[in-house]
Amino acid sequence: MVTAASDVRALVDSVVDPELPMLTLADLGVLRDVSVDGRRVTVTITPTYSGCPAVAEMRADLVRVLKRGGYEAEVNLVLSPPWSTDDITPAGRARLSAAGIAPPGRVEPGPVLLSLSPTPVPCPRCDGRDTERTSRFGPTACMSLWRCRTCREPFEHVKAI
Amino acid sequence: MDTFEDHENAYAGLLDDGTGEGHWAFGTGFDDPLAGVDTTIPDGVDAGVLAATCLALADDGLVHAQRLAEWIAHGPEVEEEIALANIALDLIGQTRMLYVRAAAADPGVLDGLPTGSVAAEDALAYFRGPEAFRNVCLTELPRGDFAFTVVRLFALSSWRLARFSELREHRDPVLSAIADRGLKELDYHRDHAARWLVTLARGTEESRRRTEAALEAVWPWTSELEGMPEEDWSIVLGRAGLAVPQGRPSAYDGRAGRHTEHLAPLLTTLQEIARAHPEGSW
Repeated sequence: MVTAASDVRALVDSVVDPELPMLTLADLGVLRDVSVDGRRVTVTITPTYSGCPAVAEMRADLVRVLKRGGYEAEVNLVLSPPWSTDDITPAGRARLSAAGIAPPGRVEPGPVLLSLSPTPVPCPRCDGRDTERTSRFGPTACMSLWRCRTCREPFEHVKAI
Repeated sequence: MDTFEDHENAYAGLLDDGTGEGHWAFGTGFDDPLAGVDTTIPDGVDAGVLAATCLALADDGLVHAQRLAEWIAHGPEVEEEIALANIALDLIGQTRMLYVRAAAADPGVLDGLPTGSVAAEDALAYFRGPEAFRNVCLTELPRGDFAFTVVRLFALSSWRLARFSELREHRDPVLSAIADRGLKELDYHRDHAARWLVTLARGTEESRRRTEAALEAVWPWTSELEGMPEEDWSIVLGRAGLAVPQGRPSAYDGRAGRHTEHLAPLLTTLQEIARAHPEGSW
């Protein structure tokens, strides 16, 4: 039996990250709450980075998808506890790898000031360990740029935060 | 799961708010960065002081981000432009949340500013004059060369990180959460600056000379950075092989609204189009 709640859940689960479309918002770990009251839905999400421009689009997508499903939706933000890449699901990590983006490692506690060179991130294409970081920052707020010395391909890596 | 058809035009979904009235043209974003967040002030927290704290940190972020953005199309390499732009973007995000929090805590901060179709965060960013800004003066100094940018970034990010660590314990849950969200971002900013500082100091004769000059230029302005962590400087200057400069402290006080002559031209560039067409929408 399809209840309103499971119907809503399916709709919400269909919304993907605008920049990383292989991940649903659920995979990304930004969904904090979904509550249903008849045809009214309230979704609560948390921003990834402070300045992430994709948050506005996530909210617009959620409202649009739910509206098509016959629901009036409101999307609220919650800031605490802050999002961490540890919240990305194992399925999400696997999908990132499959798409050629190296998933984040576990978040290390404590500051990173002048820490030793980063542990090489395995290449998502050939699994080589001889990789190097070419830039701490990348095309989106969440990524850094790497290259693999074995297969010679560059790749993006989601930074642990 | 495929909603690609929704993203054919990246702006279509964002612009259609269903009212047919369009959005104010010059806003930083099309969205409320604190939508649905409970901004009730807890007992025992003074609204005016809270708003002033948020406003000052927001002004720091806005002005420093503007200087960082001046490197776009002028950087030593594209990866560095991306790095500085990403750092500026993080600061803008923090700034937006802080402006909204300030206005929610004390609507008086918007007195005299346009409020019709203009969101509070945009009124604060685009329609205040330099005398109303409370950023520390180090943020408003001109872009400088790359060494200056890096030393300034290290000073400001190290200080902001320490400040945000304290603010994570603030009684206001919104400010506490904004600080918590910004901590790891600032950690990356500080590390990026530190690595460059050490690299430049230990590089060529030219890069060392410029780094020493940058340190001499930045140091007097650090007198405004209350609670600046000395251990960070010890670690980084130690690795760089540089000595702490002796300079006299700055005579200005950005937190009291006493700014250098550099803030007004910066704000003119940032604000002029919005001020020329205050009712613009699209």
